[in-house]
Amino acid sequence: MIDVPSFAELNLEVALPGIFLALFTTVLLIVDLFIPKDRKITTAHLTIGALVVAFVLNLPAFNAGETAMNEMFIADAFAGFVNMIVITGAIITVLLSVDYMKRSGIEHGEFYSLLLFSVSGIMFMGSANDLIVVFIALELLSIPLYVMAALRHDDVKSEESGIKYFILGAFASAFFVYGAALIYGATGTTNLPEIFRAIAGADGIVATENSAMIYLVIGAAMVIVALGFKVAAVPFHMWTPDVYEGAPTPVTAFMSVGAKAGGFAGLLRVMIIGLPLLVVNFGDAVETMAIGETITVPSAWQTALWLIAAATMIFGNFIAISQTNVKRMLAYSSIAHAGYILMAVAAVGTVQITKVAENDYTMVAVYAESALNGALVYLLAYTFTNLGAFAVVMSLENNDGSGTMLDDFNGLSKRHPLTAAMMAFFMLSLIGVPTTAGFIGKFLIFDAAIQAGLIPLTIIGVLTSAVSAYYYVRIIVNMYLKDAAVTDEAVGLTPYVNYATIVAFAGTLIFGLFPMLALDLLASSGAQIATLLF
Amino acid sequence: MEFSSSLSLTTITLFLPMVGFTILLFMNEQKDKEAIKWTAFGFSVATFIASLLMAFQFDNNDSGLQLAQRINWLPSLGISYFVGVDGLSMLLVLLSTVIMPIAIFASFNAGVIEERGRVKLYYLFMLLLEWAMIGVFVVQDLIIFYIFWEVTLVPMYFLIGIWGAENRVYAAVKFFLYTMAGSVLMLLALLYVGGQAGTFAVPEIVAQVQSGQLSFPMDGIFSTQSFLFLGFLIAFAIKVPVWPLHSWLPDAHVQAPTAGSVILAGVLLKMGTYGMVRFCLPMFPQASVEWAPIIAALGVIGIIYGAWVSFAQTDIKKLVAYSSVSHLGFVVLGIFSLTSAGIQGATLQMISHGVSTGGLFLLVGMLYERRHTKLMAAYGGIWKVMPLFGGISLVVSLSSMGLPGLNGFVGEFTILLGTLGSDVLGTLFALFATAGVIMAAVYILYMFQKVYMGEVDKAENKNLPDMNWQEVAVMVPILLLIFWIGLQPSAWFDVMDATANALVNQLQPHIEAVKNSGVPTAFHDLMMHIWA
Repeated sequence: MIDVPSFAELNLEVALPGIFLALFTTVLLIVDLFIPKDRKITTAHLTIGALVVAFVLNLPAFNAGETAMNEMFIADAFAGFVNMIVITGAIITVLLSVDYMKRSGIEHGEFYSLLLFSVSGIMFMGSANDLIVVFIALELLSIPLYVMAALRHDDVKSEESGIKYFILGAFASAFFVYGAALIYGATGTTNLPEIFRAIAGADGIVATENSAMIYLVIGAAMVIVALGFKVAAVPFHMWTPDVYEGAPTPVTAFMSVGAKAGGFAGLLRVMIIGLPLLVVNFGDAVETMAIGETITVPSAWQTALWLIAAATMIFGNFIAISQTNVKRMLAYSSIAHAGYILMAVAAVGTVQITKVAENDYTMVAVYAESALNGALVYLLAYTFTNLGAFAVVMSLENNDGSGTMLDDFNGLSKRHPLTAAMMAFFMLSLIGVPTTAGFIGKFLIFDAAIQAGLIPLTIIGVLTSAVSAYYYVRIIVNMYLKDAAVTDEAVGLTPYVNYATIVAFAGTLIFGLFPMLALDLLASSGAQIATLLF
Repeated sequence: MEFSSSLSLTTITLFLPMVGFTILLFMNEQKDKEAIKWTAFGFSVATFIASLLMAFQFDNNDSGLQLAQRINWLPSLGISYFVGVDGLSMLLVLLSTVIMPIAIFASFNAGVIEERGRVKLYYLFMLLLEWAMIGVFVVQDLIIFYIFWEVTLVPMYFLIGIWGAENRVYAAVKFFLYTMAGSVLMLLALLYVGGQAGTFAVPEIVAQVQSGQLSFPMDGIFSTQSFLFLGFLIAFAIKVPVWPLHSWLPDAHVQAPTAGSVILAGVLLKMGTYGMVRFCLPMFPQASVEWAPIIAALGVIGIIYGAWVSFAQTDIKKLVAYSSVSHLGFVVLGIFSLTSAGIQGATLQMISHGVSTGGLFLLVGMLYERRHTKLMAAYGGIWKVMPLFGGISLVVSLSSMGLPGLNGFVGEFTILLGTLGSDVLGTLFALFATAGVIMAAVYILYMFQKVYMGEVDKAENKNLPDMNWQEVAVMVPILLLIFWIGLQPSAWFDVMDATANALVNQLQPHIEAVKNSGVPTAFHDLMMHIWA
C-alpha cells in the first residue's frame, strides 16, 4: 500500500520561491495573450516584478536548512545562494532583452515565460536533494533554453544553435539518467544523503567496503559527463562557441551564467552531498594505518575532475586568445571560467580518513565547505561580471549582429567614457585583479584548492589566469589606447541596457570590496550540509 | 598581538589620496580643468603632510610595528585590514609621498597631456596610484598586500598606455603581462603560507616562524620553503627588475610620460626590493640564506649589465632606464648580503635612487618639452644655452654616479661594506660591484659630455629658454634631498637601524647554521667554490 503523505507533510512552503515562479510563469503565458504586440514591455515589467518577489521569498532559505516533499527537496544557504545568483542574473537578462528583442524584430512575450521557466529549473536544481529532482530540474532549465537559442528564427545560425544545443543536450540528459540508474542500482536509493550513507556508513564511519563500487564509479562518471556538458567543461564543450554565437545575445548572456550556475549547482549537490566519500582503493589506503592516525586520500572522481578542470582552463583560455569577435571570445572565456569552478569541485574530493579503532574508520570531505563557498562566490562574481560584459557588447551590437569585433571597441573611452570604464572594470574582474568580485572568487577557489593539496592544479589555474590577462587587456587597449575608426552612435546603448550595466557594475564592485556580504550568507552552509548527512 | 582598531595616522595617510580621488570623480573635466589639477596636487601635498606627521610620531628605537591599526575584514579566513609602519616602510612611505606631489606638479604643463586630453582621467590615475603605493608599504596582511600590489598595476598601465610615446601600447601591455605573470605565483605562495599559518597577518606569521611553530621544510633547493621563497621572489624580482627579468623596464620607461617614469623609477621599482626585505627574509629565513649567493650574483650581474648597456644607448631616457637596472642591482646585493649594514644601505639606496633617477627623468622631460627628442645626438652645449638647467643637471648626474657628499654615494658605500662583512657572500661580490661604480661614472659622464658640454652646434638648440619657475620648483625638493642624504646620512640610518638589526638577528641562527654545517646544499656548495 502506498503511503500518501498529507499536504502539510510535504512542507511545500520551503520550496515557495521556485513554486511561485513556476506558477506565475504559467499565468504569465496566458496574460501575455492579452497584451498588445506593441506593449510587450509590460510583460517584461511583470517578469521583473515576479523575480523581485521570488528574491524576497528566497531570503528565509539562508537560515532554514529544511527539507520538503519527502526529503527530495531542500532549502538551505546553498540553495538560497544559488537562487539569489540566478534571480539577479535573470533580472539583468530581462533588462538586456527589452530593447534588443525589439530592435532585432524578435520580440515575443513568450520569451519572458521561457526565461522564467528556465530560472525556476535552476532554482529547483539548487535545492535538489535527490537525483530525480536533479534530472527534472535539468530538463526544466534546458528545454526553454533550446527554444530561446533558436529564437532568431530567420537566421540560420540561430536555428543551428538551437538544434545543436538540443541534440547534445538530449544526449547529456541520457547520460545523466543512465548514471543515476547505476547509482540507484548500487545503493538502492536516489536520495543524495542516503547515497552518502550507503557509501560511507551511518555517521561517516566506514565499517566494510562497498561491493557495488564499480557501478557507483561508472554512475558518477556519467553524471559528471552530463553535468560537464551543461557547464561546458572540456571535452564536453564543443557546442558552446557555435551556440553562444548563434543565439540572440541576451540568451547567450543568460546561458553563460544561468545554465552554468544550474549545472554547477547540480554537480556540487551530487558531489558534496552524494558522492564525496567514494574512495575506490579504500582497503589499500588504510592497510598500514595505526589507530588514531589520519591520512588524506583522493576520492574516485577527483583525478577525473582534476583533468577536466585543467583541460578546461588551458583550452578555454588559449582558444580565447585567437578570437577577434568579442562575443565569441566571451564564449570561450566562459569555458575557461567553468574550469576554475571545477577546480573547487575537485577540491571536494580530498577525503580525510581517520582510524578510530580496529576496522573502524571515519571519513570526512574536509574541504567541502571551503570549496562550496568558493564555487558559489565565484559563480556570483562571474554572473555580475559576465552579464556586465555582455551588456556592453550588446550596446555596441548593430541590428544585424555586427559591431562586436575587437576593432569596434576602438576609442570607446572617448565616445562613451562611462560605459568604457565599466567594461574595463569587468575585464579586470574577469582577469581576477583585486578590488573586483572576480578576484574574491578566484582567491577563495585557489585557497580551497591549495588547502586540499591540489597544488599543481592551482599552478595551472594561476598561470592560465595570467594568460587570460592577455586577451582581456586587449579590449582595454582598444577602448583606451586606440582611436576610433567609427564615430556613429552605438544603437544598443539604451536606458535599459545602461541599467543592466550599472547593476552589474555595482555588484562587481560591492562584492569585490565587501566579500563578507556574500560569505556571511554562506556562513551556515557547511553546518547545514553536515546536519543533513549525519 | 593586539592592535588598536581606532583610526591611526597610517590609515589617514593611506586614504587621503582616495578622498581626493572621490572628489575628483565628481568634477567636470571641461569647466574645472585648473581646479582638477590643483585638487590632485593639494591632496598629494596633504598626504605628504600626513606622512610627515607619521614620521614625527615615529619612535626610532622601536624595531616593531608602529602607528598600527587592525580591523577584521574576512575573519573566517584570517584576513584583516592591518596597517602599520616600521623603520623600513616609514622611509618608503615618505619617499612615495614626496615623489607624488613632484610628479603631479611636473605634469601641469606637460605637452602630452594637453595634446591627448583626458586631464581628469590622468589625475584620477595619479591619486589611485598613490593610494596603492602607500598601501603596499603599510599593509601587514598578505592578502591585502596582494590587493594593493596588483592595484598599482592598473593606473600605471593606463599612464603608459594613454599618455606615453609612440610605442606606448606595446610597452603598456608588456608591463601589465610581465608583472601579472609574476604576481600570480606570489598569490599561490601566499595562499599556501596563510593556509598553513591560519592567518594572513605578517607579524603573526613571522612570530610563528621565529618560534618554530610554523616551519616550512628546507632540505635542498627542491623543497617547500624553497618554492615558496621563489614564488614571492620572482614576483618581486620582476618588479625590481633583477637581471634577467628586466626586459619590460626599458620599454616602459622610454614610452611612459615624464611623471610616469618618475613614479616608476622613484617608487614602483622599490616595491620589489621592499617586498624582498619585508616578506622573503623573515618568512623564509633558511631559504633566504641558502639562496642569498645566487640572488646576490644576479644582482651583481645586473649592476654590470645595466652599466654596460647604458653606455651603448643613444636615447637619454633609455640610458637612465638601464642605469636603474644597475642601481637596483646594488639594492638586491645589499639585501642578500644579509647584514644589517647591507640592508640599511639597500634601503637608503632605494630612497637615493628614487630621488636621483626621478630627478634625471624630470630633467630629460624638460629637455623633451623643448626639443621633442630624447636622442643625445640632437643636443650638445646645452649648458651654454641653459646655464641653470645645466648646473642642476650636473648635481643630479653626479648624485646618480655616486659622488661622495651626495646621496648616491652613501647607499652604495654602505652596501659594499655590508657585502664585505657578509657571512654568505665572498669578497668577489664586492669587487665586481665596485667595478659597477666605476662604470656608472663612465656612462653618466659620457651622457653629460654629449648633451651639456661642447659647442652649440645645432641651430635648434641656440634659443632654448632656461628653466621657468615651475621647473625650478619641481627640482628644489630633489636637490634638497640629494644634499641632505649625502651630508647627513645618519638621520636616515637612525630611522631604520633598529628594524634592520632586529631582522638580521632573526636571520643570524640560520646564517650560523649554514656557516657551521659540514654539508651545505649543492647549490650553495657550488657557489662557495666559485666565488670564495
